[in-house]
Amino acid sequence: MTAQEPAIAVTDLVKVYKTTRAVDGISFALPPGSVTGLLGGNGAGKTTTIAMILGLVLPTSGSARVLGAEMPRQRNRVLSRMNFESPYVDMPHRLTVRQNLAVFGRLYAVADLSARITQIAGELDLGEFLDRPTGKLSAGQKTRVALAKALINSPDVLLLDEPTASLDPDTADWVRSRLERYRAERGATVLLASHNMAEVERLCDRVIIMKRGRIEDDDTPARLLARYGRETLEEVFLDVARGRGEAAQGTAQQAAAQQGAAQQEAAQ
Amino acid sequence: MSLPLPLASALMISPHRVGAMVLRYLYLLRSSWSRVLELIYWPAVQLLVWGFLQFYIAQNSGFFARAGGVFIGSVMMWDILFRGQLGFSISFLEEMWSRNLANLMISPLRPIEFIMALMVMSVVRLAIGMVPVSLIAIAFFGFNIYGLGLALAVFFMNLILTSWSVGLVVSGLVMRNGMGAESLAWTMMFLIMPVICVYYPASVLPAWLQWLAWALPPTYVFEGMRALILEQQFRPDLMIAAFALNAAYFAVAIAVFLALLRSARRIGSLLQSGE
Repeated sequence: MTAQEPAIAVTDLVKVYKTTRAVDGISFALPPGSVTGLLGGNGAGKTTTIAMILGLVLPTSGSARVLGAEMPRQRNRVLSRMNFESPYVDMPHRLTVRQNLAVFGRLYAVADLSARITQIAGELDLGEFLDRPTGKLSAGQKTRVALAKALINSPDVLLLDEPTASLDPDTADWVRSRLERYRAERGATVLLASHNMAEVERLCDRVIIMKRGRIEDDDTPARLLARYGRETLEEVFLDVARGRGEAAQGTAQQAAAQQGAAQQEAAQ
Repeated sequence: MSLPLPLASALMISPHRVGAMVLRYLYLLRSSWSRVLELIYWPAVQLLVWGFLQFYIAQNSGFFARAGGVFIGSVMMWDILFRGQLGFSISFLEEMWSRNLANLMISPLRPIEFIMALMVMSVVRLAIGMVPVSLIAIAFFGFNIYGLGLALAVFFMNLILTSWSVGLVVSGLVMRNGMGAESLAWTMMFLIMPVICVYYPASVLPAWLQWLAWALPPTYVFEGMRALILEQQFRPDLMIAAFALNAAYFAVAIAVFLALLRSARRIGSLLQSGE
């Protein structure tokens, strides 16, 4: 990957399951170090998009590249520099937290693994249950363990699928602050699928809104709020979900075109 | 000539990652006494039932009096085949039950390393079950399977290769089709049991079924074992044929597993561990 190359580049990505177009020709490029929120209702195609970026799902057409490697064909080049967390993927319940982290640390060839486990246990407050079976933990504790697994290899690219789903507000806030800290320290690229608008507003410097497998809008939270004339992303999301965003989007596209022309003029 | 990138990359095996997966399954076994006991329980029960049956028949039949150990040997060989496959498939199923498969598939673990870890665990689980059972066979029936010497190693290698081939196909089917296919892990081997002639020679089968029996490597092993116990004759011809068939079936099974993995990626089943 060159310095200018995006950390994640998705081009004309399509996924068709039998007769359903789960993802319908989407394109975006995420620069290294950015945090991007993938917003959309149930069935919008967020999880399928993330799964294709991870190489878990084969695209029907188009391409997903991570750190310059085409997924899933060249996945072995980059998997050690990526990681993923989702409440819909568990870790072995009978293994203790320490054992789970040891297994994943070995899979990711983490150097000085026991020191890394101690470090991450300290950062994510896992110390009190490090030697308890993972299946015996509360939902909040499990999320912290899943996050520890996702960060065990200090990934350059981190994909998160609803990382705070089903967590109480306090734990969710705690998870967000740890993610903010990780991004600041590591400069990692983060792609975050979420239904939680406050979370996206707080963490993301860019938001991609999906609906029925397509990208409906893609901009910074501030510009989206301005364009839709709304005060919160939740209102923007509802506008898009209910089709009220089209008028605003038309105006916005005009504004974006004007902005592009102005930038071109300035460059000349 | 260089290999295509995905193939070359897939063939770069890391013993560390294989070791990590073996460690994961050993942690699991260590945490669950019920899992360990189960490995010994069924083979022991089966051995005792068949062993006492052989005792009874031997008292009333000249042939079986001469053929001491043939039933017990068959039971133990069958257990190597069945439990070997079960050990492979259940280690894989553990990932499905714990919804951990996606975590593994997005890690640097290569499919071939995953397969190798499952093979190692199949032998580990088999050893946990079969070593105590072999001691029971000596204690209760005076049958020492280790007395078969080098032949035992040859029989074992052939049977374990077949068990891995079946385990690979079963695991691939479960991975692609979800937990609805889970029962295959327990039933698949019983499908071939009547034809591989565990307790009787292939000659008792109808002629049209014998070609199928001789297309399956375990038939050669069970015939070879009977030749050794009944006639004190080791049959290398049978073992070579079994190895040749096993090599072919194992290669096909790996190809089938990788094809099912690709299909699972296509239909999106790696993210789901349900039915």
